[in-house]
Amino acid sequence: MQSTARSFKDNVDTALADPNLQDSLSKLKVGFSERRRQAAERLPEFEALRDRARDIKNHALANLDFYLEEFERKVTALGGHVHWAPTADDARRIIADLCRSIGARTVAKSKSMVAEEIGLNEHLEALGIAPIETDLGEYIIQLRHEPPSHIIAPAVHLTKDQVADTFLEHHSKLGFTRRLTERNDLVAEARAVLRQKFLDADVGLTGANFLVAETGSSMLVTNEGNADLSNTLPRMHIVLASIEKVIPTLEDAAVLLRVLARSATGQESSAYTTLNTGPKRPGDLDGPEQYHVVILDNGRSSVLGTEMQDMLRCIRCGACMNHCPVYGAIGGHAYGWVYPGPIGAVLTPQLLGVEEAANLPNASTFCGRCESVCPVRIPLPGLMRHWREREFERHLTPKAIRQGLALWGFMARRPRLYRRMTALANRLLALLGRAEGRYRTLPLAGGWTRFRDFPAPPAGGTFHAQWRRRKP
Amino acid sequence: MALFVTCLVDLFRPSVGFAAVKLLEEAGCTVEVPPLQVCCGQPAYNSGDRATTRAIAAQVVEAFDGYDAVVAPSGSCAGMLTHHYPSLFEDDPAMQARAKNLADRSHELTSFLVDVLGMTKVAARYDGVATYHDSCSGLRELGVKQQPRRLLASVEGLELREMTSPEVCCGFGGTFCVKYPEISNAMVGEKSADIAAAGADTLLAGDLGCLMNMAGKLQREGRAVRVRHVAEVLAGLGDEAPIGEPGGSRR
Amino acid sequence: MSEAGSQADRAAILGSIRRALRRGPLSGAARQAVDARLADPPRGPAVGRAALAEPEKVALFCQWAEFNNATVARVAAADVPGEIVGYLARNNLPAAAAMAPSPALEALDWASQRMLTLRHGRGEGADQVSITGAFAGIAETGTLVMASGPEHPVTLNLLPDTHIVVLREGDIVGGYEEVWQRLRARYGKDAMPRTVNTITGPSRTGDIEQTIELGAHGPRRMHIVVVGG
Repeated sequence: MQSTARSFKDNVDTALADPNLQDSLSKLKVGFSERRRQAAERLPEFEALRDRARDIKNHALANLDFYLEEFERKVTALGGHVHWAPTADDARRIIADLCRSIGARTVAKSKSMVAEEIGLNEHLEALGIAPIETDLGEYIIQLRHEPPSHIIAPAVHLTKDQVADTFLEHHSKLGFTRRLTERNDLVAEARAVLRQKFLDADVGLTGANFLVAETGSSMLVTNEGNADLSNTLPRMHIVLASIEKVIPTLEDAAVLLRVLARSATGQESSAYTTLNTGPKRPGDLDGPEQYHVVILDNGRSSVLGTEMQDMLRCIRCGACMNHCPVYGAIGGHAYGWVYPGPIGAVLTPQLLGVEEAANLPNASTFCGRCESVCPVRIPLPGLMRHWREREFERHLTPKAIRQGLALWGFMARRPRLYRRMTALANRLLALLGRAEGRYRTLPLAGGWTRFRDFPAPPAGGTFHAQWRRRKP
Repeated sequence: MALFVTCLVDLFRPSVGFAAVKLLEEAGCTVEVPPLQVCCGQPAYNSGDRATTRAIAAQVVEAFDGYDAVVAPSGSCAGMLTHHYPSLFEDDPAMQARAKNLADRSHELTSFLVDVLGMTKVAARYDGVATYHDSCSGLRELGVKQQPRRLLASVEGLELREMTSPEVCCGFGGTFCVKYPEISNAMVGEKSADIAAAGADTLLAGDLGCLMNMAGKLQREGRAVRVRHVAEVLAGLGDEAPIGEPGGSRR
Repeated sequence: MSEAGSQADRAAILGSIRRALRRGPLSGAARQAVDARLADPPRGPAVGRAALAEPEKVALFCQWAEFNNATVARVAAADVPGEIVGYLARNNLPAAAAMAPSPALEALDWASQRMLTLRHGRGEGADQVSITGAFAGIAETGTLVMASGPEHPVTLNLLPDTHIVVLREGDIVGGYEEVWQRLRARYGKDAMPRTVNTITGPSRTGDIEQTIELGAHGPRRMHIVVVGG
């Protein structure tokens, strides 16, 4: 997927001016956070489970090579295949080769952020293989040629009227010629259209929420059942997963599942959690003949052992964006790439480079709400700050800010000078703002006064000046 | 004990500092204001300038050396001292020990009054209906939530009415509000609507940055809400001119 | 792709991980520790509601299944066919179903329900109703566990509009960990059936305007017949 992270500020303007998006976001802000809160309250052990979930992921990361090899051993023993892809390019090539090996014409895809990350659809299309997104939200945005705006609710930025128009445009040639107005009718129509595509598909491609080393199983969590159809009906099942998805055992999976759905949607459990282990067995009446797992690195291994390693714990629940006031104001597309919100502000600079994504870790107030809900306790503001430090070191911070900061830093390290300057500023601001008590415009503070008044200090001097007068 | 005035209070709202002093003295503390204090360093810290942050932090550690407690009328500045200073000196054990020592002695004002001094009520009067905004650092780094509400409940004539989302950020974020003014504006616009919907005539919070941001927005939108720091109301200085309204200090 | 190329890719990723972690392949005590952890997996924090005693456990399963939009009937074994036919009639569904070819299901008294037409085998795209058993039920969340195999095709869990599940009370366990134990006991440690579906209520989506609609791709109705005794 082509990044527009560099145009973050333009993307923001577009997002803020989009009434449909703003409408969707106002619903999201209240809905997801309230449902998560209720789900967490219903489970008294939730906080202890979060601690354990963090520890499990840390343990898996510290022994990542071992668990990946163990996973591979189990998959292979059961007749499956593991493919190692150091880069996005390698993963695309491996998947295309697998598809071509059985003469595949269509691929039923279940929502995979890693597939978005490697730009898989564009690649397959160029080779004449049709990828069909089967998650309802992904299907809708695929028809509209849009990227996802949320990692678990890809079409959250659209209204049902927009969906109705899209369906009418694309489904009328299939005989669905009535413009629908009800959500349940839209869901039913998509089900009917996609059902046939599932039955016709040659390859089912899914992501994985977890890879279980103990059993060689890929684990997938969905609500619609589309991933299950993708891994059951076609002849070949390909799992595309990044290296940090591996966890040791089924017991560890139980802990992670208990925090995943509750953090993501506030559900007690998602509708479908499926473990796939190898291909169809002798005597089975259904299931794929071939089972392949493509394990992608794409720069992740270089994060291990660094202060940024915590980002690899992420289980892609989306809670950080659901609770982020910045995401809530601008939505997912503004972030410009696959992963939006706080986790995107941390991952995108890693995966695309800090030059490309320089704005993302800066566009945060560090309010800390993301960290407070993260099921694996990723210190997201801290990681964003690390990126800001890398940017500052590399002189990527905007010049005006660097200069202002340098001047302020110079004074802040000289308390007496600082005191004189603040006394002067205080007197000036108090004097000129005396009549109204505030400023409607102020030189050098246009970013502030464009949208709000600037309070003037009352007359009488700074606190320190007054304190000196009070205590002789 | 020492008062950490914070740079915004020093420059824009000295009455908050005097309110803090009054509350602390009435609770029996001897308050000093170390003259070499400046800023906690957040502008540099949040802009990725670690070297400047360390220099400023070292200066703050020095300025507050020897006091048994350091209290700031700001969750954000207190959080900087307690949660972030020690991590700045991971390569300097001696300095890190001093930073940890300062962290252990540092407190946000309302949390110090309630959690440390055991204060349960204040002797103050304020006629109005107030709503309270939970500033992010105070709430999520320091657990400041019930302390200000508990004390406000004892203020005569004051009714506290919660807004829908008191825990959602107001969009200030230090330099964020000038680096990304459009996003900041969307956030504070929503906050302003939430405040207005609560039907309160007064907005209170424990951090001056957030208060100036919200006051500026409320005033630009022409909403008749008086904005004050919680310490002013608790100390009985509620007849100061509200933030951003004309009328000098009584001192 | 060449075999040599893929071996090189494998070595590249594992080598990169080890360089980042500043060590070679695990050996000695570190290796023993992870081997031991795999051999005897530690459990996470105990969850109170996953540890209820017998009658409460079944009740909790039913409660959460209903919370998750399934319907539940509790009957004796002899009454299962009658309950299923009654359910189909109450919901204006055809008296026909695709049924999993499992001896336990076949053993029920279907002859008593002469109006019901059963087809035995895997699920097909046009099936309206399926009837399957379940490997287990999880009380903690009202979740069904389906283990694939000749007696339980996966397609029956997914393709029909209505999925009717016959679950023995004795197969209801407290939490996920007990399911893993049962799977190990049945299939062997480190072995699994091709597919284990854990299913909590009917298929659903919130992808249009964040409003839940049932029956996205899988069944829109799930009826669980809990068999006592």
